[in-house]
Amino acid sequence: MTGTEGTIMGEPVISLRQVTAELGARPVLRGIDLTVGRGEVVALLGANGSGKSTAVRTIIGQVPVTSGTVELFGTPRRSFRDWARVGYVPQRTTAAGGVPATVTEIVSSGRLARTRFGVFRRADREAVRGALELVGMADRAKDSVTALSGGQHQRVLIARALVAEPELLIMDEPMAGVDLASQEVLARTLEQQVAAGTTVLLVLHELGPLEPLIDRAVVLRDGCVLHDGPPPRAVGQHALPGHDHVHPHAPTGAEPIRTGLLS
Amino acid sequence: MEFLNYAFMQRALLAAVLVGITAPAVGIYLVQRRQALMGDGIGHVAMTGVGLGFLLSTSPVWMATAVSVVGAVLMELIRWYGRTRGDIALAMLFYGGMAGGVMLINLAPGGSNANLTSYLFGSLSTVSESDVTAICVLAAFVLLVTLGLRRQLFAVSQDEEFARVTGLPVRALNLLTAVTAAVTVTVAMRVVGLLLVSALMVVPVAAAQQLTRSFAATFAIAVALGVAVTVGGTVTSYYQDVPPGATIVLLTIAAFVALTAAATPLARRRARTAASARSAGDPAECSIPATRGAGDEAGV
Repeated sequence: MTGTEGTIMGEPVISLRQVTAELGARPVLRGIDLTVGRGEVVALLGANGSGKSTAVRTIIGQVPVTSGTVELFGTPRRSFRDWARVGYVPQRTTAAGGVPATVTEIVSSGRLARTRFGVFRRADREAVRGALELVGMADRAKDSVTALSGGQHQRVLIARALVAEPELLIMDEPMAGVDLASQEVLARTLEQQVAAGTTVLLVLHELGPLEPLIDRAVVLRDGCVLHDGPPPRAVGQHALPGHDHVHPHAPTGAEPIRTGLLS
Repeated sequence: MEFLNYAFMQRALLAAVLVGITAPAVGIYLVQRRQALMGDGIGHVAMTGVGLGFLLSTSPVWMATAVSVVGAVLMELIRWYGRTRGDIALAMLFYGGMAGGVMLINLAPGGSNANLTSYLFGSLSTVSESDVTAICVLAAFVLLVTLGLRRQLFAVSQDEEFARVTGLPVRALNLLTAVTAAVTVTVAMRVVGLLLVSALMVVPVAAAQQLTRSFAATFAIAVALGVAVTVGGTVTSYYQDVPPGATIVLLTIAAFVALTAAATPLARRRARTAASARSAGDPAECSIPATRGAGDEAGV
């Protein structure tokens, strides 16, 4: 361990210990440790195929783990039921399905965790309106999502995650395919959430406009944790710390971690 | 309106109305999940049920319901576990179901493929009293699910991964959708026939989409359209002595074509209004008329 635990505040909200996972027969995670404390903003970085999206998807239960433990709010993921505390923004280029749906309809589906049997009350409808205002999409509430730009889609997906008023926000590449205006809106929204005490785990390709918010960066490579500590301050792939920061979490017998620039 | 005096027409019209409501009500979730052809697969499997019904001299409707529910559950399980080989497994299920139906009906005492025709393409005069009872019970179940659980089914059909994180029982809801679709197939079997059921699940939804921006409106218009074409087709079939299933499906497709033609100017006007609203209210984006502009790539 490298002494980065000092940055973890309070009880862990997310805790992965020696997690391995496979897609098909290919090992994608080879024993990663990841802890996110309450109120922390952690960025999960790494090249394509490094396993960062898979790591997030083991947390939400979309990808089964082959060994190791995943805990949410101190509860093993399998027995975790309190999903209203978790907001999730999947990696999507579009929010549209096979049938037209309005912005309000999409965002409303994020509120189901807070309702009983899916019955909406006035507070739920107000929460939907509030979430749309947060991301600056209130004026598009009745529009079909197919009429939105890539950045606006992403704002809708974030509103859908925020509408349940979660304590933990998990976002997979929220800035991918997002225009500059929307990037600013998203960064501002996230800043408000963090200020209000929300814990955030972000999968990012590069730190970009979110850099000032991030407390800690975890860099994955070939399914292993390469770096866990303060975020690299320079922007861009080549500035990521891959030089001398070996983090030997891989189980014995796994491939040795090569150091060097992230490929 | 003299056709209302005949008991068989009253039964046929009641069945037609229920089919017109239930088929699009389930179909909209299948279309949303991009599984528009699932109904077609279930229809194939249901043939084995019809055959079994003849062979065992029980009601073909209930037997078809049982077999197609099993088939739909199998299809859903194949979707979970099958991954890459899933489509091959589905093909075997579909064609196995169809061949099984033909074989069983020929084995049945006094049975021939002639009995099967009314189930394949629908037939008005053969809707019996007990069929109507079965259709009413099954349609009530379908409506209860598709309306009562609309928010949950919408969420799961829109984005399965996200729905899981809202704590919804995704697998149970997927199974329920499959079972409901199977039940709908057997509801519609007597009126439009097993081979044409899927059209009534998909085409009214596709036609309604030409006019709508919201899921709720699409649902309402698809159901209204479904009822209009099933009743229209049934009455036409009575007067012109043409097969009801084919008449209904052709009417539905005609409605789709007409609505698509009518919607094109509507869509243009909407795009213009949206563009002008954007340039007035949000100067940051006024130079991006298309849904995705050059600015979208800037941050990648």
